[in-house]
Amino acid sequence: MNTWVTLVDTYSRLAKRGKEFTRRTRPVQRRLALFLAVVGPGIITSNVDNDAGGISTYSAAGAQFGYTLLWSLIPMTIALYVSEEMCARMGVVTGKGLSDLIREEFGFRSTFFVMIAALAVDLFNTVAEFSGIAEGGEVLHVSRYISVPLAALVVWLLVVYGTYRIVEKIFLVACAFYLSYVASAFLAKPNWMFAAKQVVVPSVHMNAPYLLMLIGLVGTTIAPWQFFYMQAGFVEKRVGPRQYKHARLDVLVGSISCMAIVFFIIVACAATLNVHGLTNISSAKEAALALVPLAGKWAGGLFAFGLLNASLFAASILPLSTAHVICEGLGFEAGLDRKFKEAPTFYSLYTMLIVVGAGIVLIPRAPLWKILLYSQVGNGIWLPVVLIFILLLINRRDLMGEHVNGWTFNVIAWGSSIIMIILTLILVYVAIFNPSAAGLSGSLSHPHAPPWHIFTSLWRHAQHALSVI
Amino acid sequence: MLHATEILGAQAFDSSGNIVGRVKEMFIVPEEQPNRISRLLLSRGQYRPIVARFDQIAEVQPGRVKLTTDESALELYQPNEAWLAVQKDLLDQQIIDTNGRKVVRINDVDLADQLANGNTELRITEVDVGLPAAVRRLLQGVVPPMAIRRIQSKLPPRTIRWEFVNLIESDPLRRVKLRLTSQKLAQLHPADIADLMEELSPDERQSIIASLDEETAAETIAELDKRLQTQVVEKLDPEKAADIIEEMSPDEAADLIQNLEPAKSREVLEEMEGSEAREVQQLMSFDQKTAGGMMTTEFVVVGEDATRGEVVDFIRFHEVPPDQLDNIVLINREAVLSGTVPLARLLLADGETRMGEIIFEPLLSVRPDARDTEVFEIFDKYNLRSLTVVNEENHPIGSITVDDIVSRLCAKI
Repeated sequence: MNTWVTLVDTYSRLAKRGKEFTRRTRPVQRRLALFLAVVGPGIITSNVDNDAGGISTYSAAGAQFGYTLLWSLIPMTIALYVSEEMCARMGVVTGKGLSDLIREEFGFRSTFFVMIAALAVDLFNTVAEFSGIAEGGEVLHVSRYISVPLAALVVWLLVVYGTYRIVEKIFLVACAFYLSYVASAFLAKPNWMFAAKQVVVPSVHMNAPYLLMLIGLVGTTIAPWQFFYMQAGFVEKRVGPRQYKHARLDVLVGSISCMAIVFFIIVACAATLNVHGLTNISSAKEAALALVPLAGKWAGGLFAFGLLNASLFAASILPLSTAHVICEGLGFEAGLDRKFKEAPTFYSLYTMLIVVGAGIVLIPRAPLWKILLYSQVGNGIWLPVVLIFILLLINRRDLMGEHVNGWTFNVIAWGSSIIMIILTLILVYVAIFNPSAAGLSGSLSHPHAPPWHIFTSLWRHAQHALSVI
Repeated sequence: MLHATEILGAQAFDSSGNIVGRVKEMFIVPEEQPNRISRLLLSRGQYRPIVARFDQIAEVQPGRVKLTTDESALELYQPNEAWLAVQKDLLDQQIIDTNGRKVVRINDVDLADQLANGNTELRITEVDVGLPAAVRRLLQGVVPPMAIRRIQSKLPPRTIRWEFVNLIESDPLRRVKLRLTSQKLAQLHPADIADLMEELSPDERQSIIASLDEETAAETIAELDKRLQTQVVEKLDPEKAADIIEEMSPDEAADLIQNLEPAKSREVLEEMEGSEAREVQQLMSFDQKTAGGMMTTEFVVVGEDATRGEVVDFIRFHEVPPDQLDNIVLINREAVLSGTVPLARLLLADGETRMGEIIFEPLLSVRPDARDTEVFEIFDKYNLRSLTVVNEENHPIGSITVDDIVSRLCAKI
């Protein structure tokens, strides 16, 4: 009897407390709901950055240099956040896409060249994504002649039959699959304390391969097409200035989570491949295969699954975003809510990108690594142009009103943009002219050589290249 | 026919053949003429720019403008908000093609030149949104003009007549100065206007709502998707919002106000007329997912003994809007629901028929707390166009119409 009374009593007290909890947290719940209504574009865009090319670069970085490049993640997070935040702000304040704004403020001709560049670079990027699908599939014992056409079909169906809301949810789930890299890193049993220390304490090495890898990291992490996609995402979600702080939080969470995944990829490779002396890794596929004997079947499988997911994810966004941007900028009808007859250019471009992108990967003995390289070169050339357009637009008071960049923000934004531009241009130079690392390190081999020697050395290479032309 | 981009950047010569400057901009002065190029802005390097009036233009050719007067006769340029600038306000901007019901971007502006009292007048005839104009703008100055014309003639043209162009200006003060109206736009179906608005930026949407009369604005807002609805209404000032919402049916109004921020919805309700505000508040108290949350309180109720003729007279006298006429609700002397008469039966009956004789069988009604799925099933089973909602005493308190059912089911897909 007594127990019964106590039970009832406890229950009623618990129920009361539960009610009290819901009542007290109501403002929090409301705020959370408001945030969840806005969330999406920032997280998706940042994560889709870790695409096939990105994962290959991160694996190589971890394999070759162990934990020593981890310190670059914090400055890269800042640069990523600063540049993406500007686009988010532009989308929220003006309610227009980036290509719309470029068209309205810089006229037809500039827009046309930006769009042609977009088409060329994004086509290369799409091929790179499909080759990521092929490689990820092959590690998991699926032939590319099955995985690539299937992926192309899935991408096509998703976009043609999905509404923005559903597609966005699928994309958010895809973001969650990036956690497979976290699992992979844990299976690799790294030295966590050492890794954490390397994030905070920079350990810069002054040799050419190290610096080139550093530049490569920056170049693959910040891709120009993502700015167009993210701004369009906020416009399409009809996020207004009132919800701007939620949008900013979305971008922040995105940048940080993107970089966290990069951290785990580098750590997974550093703890296994680097420690066992397998430093010469050139692709994500090699990394996944090399992981199997060192960290187990699961670690390698999860790594490959992550690659497959990332590539598929990027392959669904890239062609769509490209077709959208080009049609909007040049004034063709665009959008999935239109029929083929109403928007023929849009659908043709979209289909062309998928068919050509997947098709090239299926050609036997296609030089895929070259395409991957060119896609990064293309990104590198195109990024400065896009960043400068963004910085010019965001400082236009007639467009942004009180939301123009503040003085400090401008210093950070211009500063980080100029650094990114210089770094990517060096990457482009190296990728095109491939100055032998020996030649570069030759000038740096002296232990007391000042760090700027790499630039004087590059300058010599540039002069040489120019004289050849 | 000339194109605006062929004249922008052209060299201007005075009557004695000396170079005056380059055409930097062309202005329409809406208070003088709605489609005439009334001023040319000429830039002169380090000197201040000057303006040539329409009657000072002798001749216009691609890349070359000849004036009737001397340079000294031209005025200095003063910026004027009431002038519509072809380059800044038209080229590359979005407009609404009210004929094709589309939002499009202008690639070029086509002008007709006609001689008038010894000078040449330029009038805007069409805006060019097609491929030929795009190619022209891309190749201008790179490829000889004749070659451009040849390429252009092979491409399919797409132009919109100037009278079908509805300009979008987001600054309300400038709208007034430019004398922009939305007469053509307002003639479209509200659902089409709503579709067009969804393609524009928030400020532009606001300016369109501001330019419509309250009734059209109400119908248009009702057709927008939920998120945009609240965004548009929250940006209006409460008085204007209340005026527009009063034009809506109570159930639409209740749905809308419910989604607004609490502070804003209170303000709007305070601005609304007492009886309408009460009705809306009553509807808002029902759960959205029940019959009460779906019903409207505006419907036609008559006694069961009334004849067809009396009912039709009643409807005419009160000017009942057609969307409330799907069903006529009948009550007996105790004000208890005794049946409904579908419009089609009313139409076919003769004038002396009593309403009680043509009621729809079986007698259907739901309580306000009935679940929405239950309501969907009744609509589906009996192929209804509307369903009466009754309270505990069986008095009719509202009516659910099929359009609400369709939009709710669509939202679920």
